[in-house]
Amino acid sequence: MNTSVPERLRRSPRDRELITPEGIALPITVASKGARAGALFMDLGFITVLQIVTTITLASIAFGGLAQFFEAGDKAGGIGALEFLFVLWIIAMFLFRNAYFLFFELGPRGATPGKRLAGIRVAARDGGRLSVEMVIARNLLRDIELFLPFVFIASAGEEDAGAAILAGAAWFLIFALFPFWNRDRLRAGDIVAGSWVVEQPKRKLEAAMSATQQQGAESAMPAFRFSDDELDVYGEYELQTLERVLREDRDESLVKVQQTIAGKIGRSDGEGEERAFLDAYYNQLRARLEARMRMGERKADKFA
Amino acid sequence: MSAHDKTAAIEAAALRSDRFRFEREADWKRLEAIVARMDKGQLRRLSDEDVQALPVLYRTVASSLSVAREISLDAATLAYLESLVQRAWFVVYGPRSSLGSWLRGFLGGGLSRSVRALWLDVLIALAVMVAGAAAGWLLVAGDPDWYGSLVPGGLADSRVPGASRETLQQTLEAADGSTGLSAFAAYLFSNNAQVSILAFALGFAFGVPTLMLLVQNTAGLGAMLWLFSGQGLLLEFVAWLSVHGTTELFAILLAGASGLHVGRAMAFPGELGVLEATAAAGRRAAQVMTGVVLMLVVAALLEGFARQLVGDSVGRLVIGLFMLALWLAYFLALGRHGEGADK
Repeated sequence: MNTSVPERLRRSPRDRELITPEGIALPITVASKGARAGALFMDLGFITVLQIVTTITLASIAFGGLAQFFEAGDKAGGIGALEFLFVLWIIAMFLFRNAYFLFFELGPRGATPGKRLAGIRVAARDGGRLSVEMVIARNLLRDIELFLPFVFIASAGEEDAGAAILAGAAWFLIFALFPFWNRDRLRAGDIVAGSWVVEQPKRKLEAAMSATQQQGAESAMPAFRFSDDELDVYGEYELQTLERVLREDRDESLVKVQQTIAGKIGRSDGEGEERAFLDAYYNQLRARLEARMRMGERKADKFA
Repeated sequence: MSAHDKTAAIEAAALRSDRFRFEREADWKRLEAIVARMDKGQLRRLSDEDVQALPVLYRTVASSLSVAREISLDAATLAYLESLVQRAWFVVYGPRSSLGSWLRGFLGGGLSRSVRALWLDVLIALAVMVAGAAAGWLLVAGDPDWYGSLVPGGLADSRVPGASRETLQQTLEAADGSTGLSAFAAYLFSNNAQVSILAFALGFAFGVPTLMLLVQNTAGLGAMLWLFSGQGLLLEFVAWLSVHGTTELFAILLAGASGLHVGRAMAFPGELGVLEATAAAGRRAAQVMTGVVLMLVVAALLEGFARQLVGDSVGRLVIGLFMLALWLAYFLALGRHGEGADK
């Protein structure tokens, strides 16, 4: 599970590497603390709304129903119905508090609505399957992390309310700050469950570079040819930087990069046709580097 | 991309790595479409074919990624493949979407296996609970003033030291009507479930608070035992308690054992790293905790209905012992054949 992503290629210090059961190393990004806090607040908001709506609905049913029973003179029936609604209410509150996270994290999306909005999800830390037990364990712990201190404060008597608030706050902070104390931003529940929260990746397949240039090449552009010596100046890192510049396709950066490359390899042509020059250089450099790669030789950057 | 376009694109590509890409792009796009639909939660709109193709496509694309890493320097394609494999990995190795099939395996042996795996913790927790009850009894026997601090006020009502035999006896009577029982049962369940979740979750602090919680709860029990035995009502009280108590105390015992199990794994991880040991223990304990919640539902039903409806001590004892035997048989006998396959 340890990271072998080269320092230079990492986008952020949150990048990790995960080995799938097939043995393929996948780059994965641990969710940021901000995203997790945001997701949690959204979820708590949703839960509160659900609880309030349920309470109001059941209360209005209770009042409406009760009036009917009393009009009919059926007092026992009215109490029975009221009791049933009360049972319903207790069970609903229990489920909202305990089953909300379970239900959503066990779904195919592995994320609560809040997490989805924040673009993060739960995964198994060892690269294997996220099991039902993991989700249960990480959410049972949520109880002491989140709800317990508030229950504790609420249940304290009036005389020792100050001390209770202090103790509750300290308790809450210890667990809230847990993700700050470890590298993978695990909260207590993640540690017990063996799970972690990571970013949900989303990336479109961009056009292949060598194919997009074909149309350009046919429009009577002078073909630029580069000798092996001119290509050997750069390595993979520079190639991928050039790829980014070409994909962004901004005129001033094209001109600047073209001048840099031309200066480095000592060519004076290509002025006014920066795009074609760079396309040709990119293609030939990539073909050369990939050919060497197949022979088992890699050139990481211009210093290699 | 049609077959013709595809061949054209492959021929047009100047680089071998781009040709590699065009040959496989259709599979990548198909996997992406399937995964995107699953991400959006539109499982039902997926055809059976797509669902069946998913694991195969996942492996195909994963191997594309391996090959591409060896032959291609196209950063955009590599990044796309990495993100696609990751998204598909989430889906393929995500939680089993059918909770039902998990529940079947769980009730049909998984739970029993996990409980047996915790035998040492169960024994420790049991010893602690017995010690707690004994301590409660002895404390109150030495000085009845302890009673008030051991038994929470809401529960005690008329059951206080100095209460007459008649008053105590009355609290054990079956209620005359059944009104209010189901609400009472639901309230008890919600309350007890929260307490046992607490007992488990506190195991995170190396199990010490779990033990304290167990002692605190059973000390109150011990104190009440003393109170009733002082008026010669011990058997009646035990019978009254046993209806739901065998199930409920068993559930609390298991919750405490689960907390202890996690705490022990953290304190003594053995050959594994602390994180791995804790995670393995946490998963095992989570199974037990799910069972605990189910047991508490049963306990609340027994407490709310059976106890209030069955009035005589013998009947109550029979129900309580029967439930105890049932749980023991369930935990000890079920799922033996799957032993060792426990992950």
